[in-house]
Parts: sequence; structure tokens; C-alpha cells
Amino acid sequence: MDSITTAASVVAAGLAVGLGAIGPGIGQGSAAQGAVEGIARQPEAEGKIRGTLLLSFAFMESLTIYGLVVALVLLFANPFAG
Amino acid sequence: MGLLPFVFPFAELEVGKHLYWQIGDLRIHGQVFMTSWIVIGALLALVVVGTKKMERDPRGVQNLLEFLWDYIRDLARTQIGEKVYRDWMPFIGTLFLFIFVSNWGGALVPWRLIRLPSGELGAPTADINTTVALALLVSLSYFYAGLSNKGLRYFEYYVHPTPIMLPFKIVEDFTKPLSLSFRLFGNILADELVVAVLVFLVPLVLPVPVMFLGLFTSAIQALIFATLAAYYIGEAVEEHH
Repeated sequence: MDSITTAASVVAAGLAVGLGAIGPGIGQGSAAQGAVEGIARQPEAEGKIRGTLLLSFAFMESLTIYGLVVALVLLFANPFAG
Repeated sequence: MGLLPFVFPFAELEVGKHLYWQIGDLRIHGQVFMTSWIVIGALLALVVVGTKKMERDPRGVQNLLEFLWDYIRDLARTQIGEKVYRDWMPFIGTLFLFIFVSNWGGALVPWRLIRLPSGELGAPTADINTTVALALLVSLSYFYAGLSNKGLRYFEYYVHPTPIMLPFKIVEDFTKPLSLSFRLFGNILADELVVAVLVFLVPLVLPVPVMFLGLFTSAIQALIFATLAAYYIGEAVEEHH
């Protein structure tokens, strides 16, 4: 693999995870805010809220994971390696 | 496969290295086959032992199995609906148990002690082929569920609120297996990588909480895969009015 492809792949791998983490980070923040408000208003619903919150966290997290998959492909199974 | 040797020259990470078995024209990943069959064997053994001497008051393994049955039934019933959930409970349950035991088996069993000529043993779900196969099975089964329950009226679903939705619904059929497989694969591989990198950096104490986080994520991912599979099937058999 030539050095330009290598450099571009490494930079792109970093960007894929880094940029991919922004959106889910904001989303998880606002989801947690909603959950805390819900628990503060109705402490007896804590168990149900926690379950739903964790499930939706996992959904948001998988968006970053898609970025991670792209990064891993670029690092370990680069299709442009030639 | 262009592996970059300098990316992790220090940690023993073996991403993209496999133990290849040649069967006819097929090259298969041997380590995935071994761990999958171990998982399948463990599940079969558990179920056979649990149902051998059934009692009216469940004890031990039978109790565990009945708890799992209840759990899977509730999952299937809430997503698929009262009418057809019985047909799909075995499928959803198999998916959930196989993924759950694979994920936890990959994290809890010290596979590193067994040396392979190349590649390493780990969770079968950390290999993209396993997760794509599972996701395609889900795709096939929701088509089958829709067509067998509603016949050709199943395709009304594509134009249901308005025909404008048609292209989106067709694209959705392709993105569903894509996101299902990548979500599971990425999460499990990420857990293994994070633990491996931390073990290299700080070999003591620090990796332990991350390992517990990994166990937790693995369990949630199994639940998500089963829930989404049930949801897609439920969407396909749902009656529009």
C-alpha cells in the first residue's frame, strides 16, 4: 500500500469514529435528561424508565459503532490497499 | 487483505486473521465454526438436562428454562401481537439464546489459553459472517410471515399510508439486515478490542469494569436483536385498517 493511501486511511478512520460520536453523544444526553426528569416527577416508575432508557441508549450507541466498523475496515481490511 | 502492521504493533490484536478451513471450493473461518458448535452444544445440553425429569414444582435447571420461556414469550407477545406470536416464539427464542450465549461465552471463557495456528477463538458473533447470516434469516422470516399470513395483500404495506412511501419502504428492506448485522458485529468486536487495548496498556484492575460493561452491552445487544427481529415480523403480519 502506498503511503498516501495509508495516511488517508488512518485520518479517515479517526474522523469516522470522532464525527460519528457527536450525534449520539447529544442524543444520549437529551435522552438521559428526559429520563431523569421522568424519575424526578414519578420516582415509582424508575424501573420501567431505566429499562427503556438502556434500550434506547443501545440504539444510539450503534450509530457510533457504524462509524467504528468503517474505521476498522479502513485499518484492517482496506479495500484500496491494492 | 491489506493489514497495516504498524497500527497495533504492540498489542496482540488479531483483527482480520482467521483459521481457514478449505472444504471443497469454500474457505471457511474455522474458529467461528468451533465456537458456534460449542455454543450450540452448550445450549442443547442445558435444554436436554432441564427437560429430562420435569416436575410440577420446577427446581434448578427446569426453573431457569421456565423463566427464559416466560421472558421470550413476553418479548414475542408484545412485539408480534397475540394472534401469531406462538408461531414465531421458537425463532425469536433461538436467536436470543444463541446470540446471548455466544456473546457471554466470548467474553467469559478464557479462549486465549487455547492456541490456534492462526486467528483466535472468540465470540462467534464478532465475525461479520455470523451476524449477516442471522440478519438475512430475519429478513427471510419477516417476508415469509407477511406472505403466509396475508398473502399478496402483504404488499399493501409498501404503499400503506400513501404511495409516496414506496421507495423508502423498499430501501428499508435492504437497510434492515444491514443495520441489524453491523450493530451486533460492531458492538461485540468493539468490546473485545477495548478490553484488548486496555489489557495491553494497564494489565491490572482497570480492565475489569470495562469487562463488566462489555458483558452488559453484550446482553443488551442480544435483547435488541431479538426485539427488532420480533418487531419486523410483527410489522409484517400487522393488519391495516
